[in-house]
Amino acid sequence: MSVVIRFRDITKMYQMGMEEVHALRGVTLEISRNEYVAIMGPSGSGKSTMMNIIGCLDTPTSGLYELNGVNVSEMNDNQLARIRNKEIGFVFQTFNLLARSDVLHNVELPLIYGGYNSAERKKHAMEAIEKVGLTDRSHHKPNELSGGQRQRVAIARALVTGPSILLADEPTGNLDSKTGAEIMDLFDLLHEQGNTIILVTHEEDIAAHAHRRVRIRDGHIESDELVTERRIVSHTPMTTA
Amino acid sequence: MRIYLDETKEGLLIAFAAIRANKMRSVLTTLGIVIGIVSVTLMGTAIEGLSRAFNKSIAAVGADVLYVQKWPWGGGHDWWEIRNRPDLTIRHAKALERNAEIVRSISPITGTARNVTYQSKVIENVIVVGTDADFLETSNVNVWLGRFMTALEAEGGRPVCVLGSEVAEGLFPVENPIGKTVKVGNYPYRVLGVLEKQGNFLGMQSLDNRVYVPINRFFKEFQSFRRGIEIWVKSSSLEQVEETKEEIRGIMRKARRLEPKEKDDFAINQQEILVQTFNQIGGVIAAVGLFITGLSLFVGGIGIMNIMFVSVTERTKEIGIRKAIGAPKRSILLQFLLESAVICLIGGIIGLIIAFPLSLIIDQVLPTAMPLSVVGIALVISVLVGVVSGFLPAYRASRLDPVDALRYE
Ligand SMILES: Nc1ncnc2c1ncn2[C@@H]1O[C@H](COP(=O)(O)OP(=O)(O)OP(=O)(O)O)[C@@H](O)[C@H]1O
Ligand SMILES: [Mg+2]
Repeated sequence: MSVVIRFRDITKMYQMGMEEVHALRGVTLEISRNEYVAIMGPSGSGKSTMMNIIGCLDTPTSGLYELNGVNVSEMNDNQLARIRNKEIGFVFQTFNLLARSDVLHNVELPLIYGGYNSAERKKHAMEAIEKVGLTDRSHHKPNELSGGQRQRVAIARALVTGPSILLADEPTGNLDSKTGAEIMDLFDLLHEQGNTIILVTHEEDIAAHAHRRVRIRDGHIESDELVTERRIVSHTPMTTA
Repeated sequence: MRIYLDETKEGLLIAFAAIRANKMRSVLTTLGIVIGIVSVTLMGTAIEGLSRAFNKSIAAVGADVLYVQKWPWGGGHDWWEIRNRPDLTIRHAKALERNAEIVRSISPITGTARNVTYQSKVIENVIVVGTDADFLETSNVNVWLGRFMTALEAEGGRPVCVLGSEVAEGLFPVENPIGKTVKVGNYPYRVLGVLEKQGNFLGMQSLDNRVYVPINRFFKEFQSFRRGIEIWVKSSSLEQVEETKEEIRGIMRKARRLEPKEKDDFAINQQEILVQTFNQIGGVIAAVGLFITGLSLFVGGIGIMNIMFVSVTERTKEIGIRKAIGAPKRSILLQFLLESAVICLIGGIIGLIIAFPLSLIIDQVLPTAMPLSVVGIALVISVLVGVVSGFLPAYRASRLDPVDALRYE
């Protein structure tokens, strides 16, 4: 199994005036292709910080981060933007759609920055929209959609460039449990189709969808366990750091 | 290449959407640009009108005439050197008349101010011009009534005169002046004719408040023939003005017995120099005008900058989203620069629409038209103001940290 993400002793420190906040205190972790990982932990433990670093939105204070074997911890802003565009699909708790643009344009957006021509953009975007089951809503604005539908648009946008990993930071945090479950079914499906998924959640039943659970406390990995009882899965267990 | 086009298109779409979402604010913001562009266009139009009026004036005087004089036109000369030059005299006029070939006519000209009287009517300080029969040809003026002096009368220094239209109107409001005797200074002159009205030369001095007399008479009654005069030379054609100039320069140098390395001790002036002088003055007027209008554009630009900072702040979250999905810095920069340029361009277009009817009002005073170049310049300027004043806010937007921007509420 090829390793997609390799963290070696990653730390993240924020300077708050005189005070230093250690959000991550040395995290070492490997995640392979087609894994389905849930990251859990109490509030303030560093989950989002870790996701942002994995998603190349943020850079670690120290440590080594390799994405598909490429060292990204020393890349500049523009290189990171390119990685985010090509390799990462990010899904947020608050959807983060462009309010003034319709579904199609929201999903097309990463392809515009990726340099696709308009015919390719339309084609890929419509495929992604179809995957999340919103073909008939492609010309609606976000405020004309339900929360669950908005999150589907965000997932379509994350998928559209065919990234190596799908990151979701509390994707169901703003949804009721029924809608949340539907979104999780979608993630399950995407995983079955071969995507690598990492999601952050507080809820055990959401985490139950994943096949591996990483618990974080106070910037450290507290536990890292495989969950195989729930469903027969196609991937084999791998070593963890 | 295509990616830039697509990003530009995306930027324009966002710009129009943002402007549409904040119509009132956008309109108010463009107001500064509108005012700036209106003043730039009107200033440009007025300058254009001024220069057209000037060109018309000098065309009337004649661009094919060379003025041989002691003093060169325009500034920047050594006053003392010129002051000490020998005067031009009738002798030089004769030399030119004898030797010059590429000329149509040559007239010696000199003048002084005298009162002109007819019976009880007096006109004070009329310019008495002493010249010869060729003057009509040389100076491009026409006789309105009667005739000009003949060569014979001019040579013989007969006591005859031709009146400028203003003098004629003043002395002979009802009577026919032809054949009447007027007194120029203390001497009697018989009136041969009246010249056509010529109007003011750029409002400087009236060309009609004059009396023309034979130069040979002038030398007897008003001024010694040894005193300085000037000589007007009309070239054979407009195309040959430069050759004529060289020819008379050679004749003059010979008459003055100048060594090859000595400089000319006379000046050959032409309208071109006047045009240059005007252009210098016009340039100063334009510079001052444009400085003032530039100031209003500057104020407009500050307004744009201010509103762009607001726009960037308001859309911090959007910037974060775009960055999160892989927009590089330059795309964000481009997006906000385009927005600011579009706002200013709209302001510029509104400004032109307002300026056009106003330029028609200017047209009443100074016949002109809003030149197309001014329209182009105004549009370029407005885009430029947009880019310059949008740069700082756009740069700030492009530098936002994606995580911070996403967290912004
Ligand atoms: N930009 C920042 N500046 C200063 N401190 C920060 C910043 N971002 C995060 N932190 C701190 O880092 C620690 C980890 O934050 P993080 O957002 O990763 O927690 P989390 O596990 O995602 O929590 P939650 O479950 O509430 O989302 C917290 O103590 C937080 O206060
Ligand atoms: Mg968090």
